[in-house]
Amino acid sequence: MAAHHLAQVNIATLRYPLDTPELAGFVAQLEPINALADAHPGFVWRLQTEDGDATAIRPFGDERIMVNLSVWSSLEALRGFVYATRHLDVMRHRRRWFQRMADPYLALWWVPAGTIPTVAQAGDRLDLLASRGPTADAFTFRAPFPEPADAAR
Amino acid sequence: MAAMDTLPPDRDLVAIGLLLDPLRRALYGHVAGAEGEVSRNQAAEAVGVQRGLAAFHLDKLVEGGLLEASFRRLGERRGPGAGRPAKLYRRAAGEVAASLPPRTYETAAHLLAETVEQAGADLELQAAARRAGREAGRRLAGEAEGPAPAIGPVLGARGYEPFRDGAGLRLRNCPFASLAGEFPVVVCAMNLALVEGLLEGLGDQAGRAVMDPAPGRCCVAVHDRPRDSKVNQD
Repeated sequence: MAAHHLAQVNIATLRYPLDTPELAGFVAQLEPINALADAHPGFVWRLQTEDGDATAIRPFGDERIMVNLSVWSSLEALRGFVYATRHLDVMRHRRRWFQRMADPYLALWWVPAGTIPTVAQAGDRLDLLASRGPTADAFTFRAPFPEPADAAR
Repeated sequence: MAAMDTLPPDRDLVAIGLLLDPLRRALYGHVAGAEGEVSRNQAAEAVGVQRGLAAFHLDKLVEGGLLEASFRRLGERRGPGAGRPAKLYRRAAGEVAASLPPRTYETAAHLLAETVEQAGADLELQAAARRAGREAGRRLAGEAEGPAPAIGPVLGARGYEPFRDGAGLRLRNCPFASLAGEFPVVVCAMNLALVEGLLEGLGDQAGRAVMDPAPGRCCVAVHDRPRDSKVNQD
């Protein structure tokens, strides 16, 4: 087993409340796309409430900002899910549902395998990416950093 | 000297020059269009020449960077007596391009895509792509002497390399590969809108453009519409 897993956070600012007709297309995709993620090779964990998704979690002091936090076995596994499955088809509608965000809306970082990041840690990684740009502590798909070398191995 | 400096790199010129030979062009076309890797025997048979001649030209194409070769045993047998591994060819992953006078649309395209991403202008780009596709489709339909051309050949002429697969067309080549690799959401959605527009402009009611991403090919596919009485021409 790999010594590290890849953590992923992305945040999105709703253009309208979740229960409006404008967001119906997004809401309809939540369950199938989450199921697709859960079954995707390399999926490890995702943040969810008892509803089975994370849409009820609004941790950033703004009711419109939703969070998506997950852990994957590798960058390739996550990239494969995000860009090479039906998930891509959902993403093309993102501007109907979410505002463009000026700050980084997605951050990636490595965590020791078996550990799960908290929402607060995820927020810190987004801040880190915003203040320092991509580093080994918080990076993006376009500027990735390799899994840290592990002295124990 | 100044003009010489702006000539494309020798590597690209040599690679393109290799295809002036009709036999090499046929071999390259066969390998590039094949589903998987191609052996020397298969390539020779496909273009109707002897194996040795095909092998010579295939290796020239490898030297030029247009094809890549690997060795693999084709049969089930292993160990002594299994024979030498076969040399197999596939299209090289790298891109070859030459433009005279020099043009670097690639750089411009990446900057424009980045700007669309930053500005959140996905929907505006999709609308522009659909319009452009529709206009191109209408033009092609208008120029045709008989019925409008089918979507397959139209996508073929645009470099998508369509092939029939089950209930529709899949596209072997992504014409925007490096751009789509960097900005998948922006570029693949643009591509889908472009193909939707082409279908509309051609008046093709039998096909439906869908996002059907998988590694190693274009993210767009054209599915046959079920229930419709119209017959796809491909």
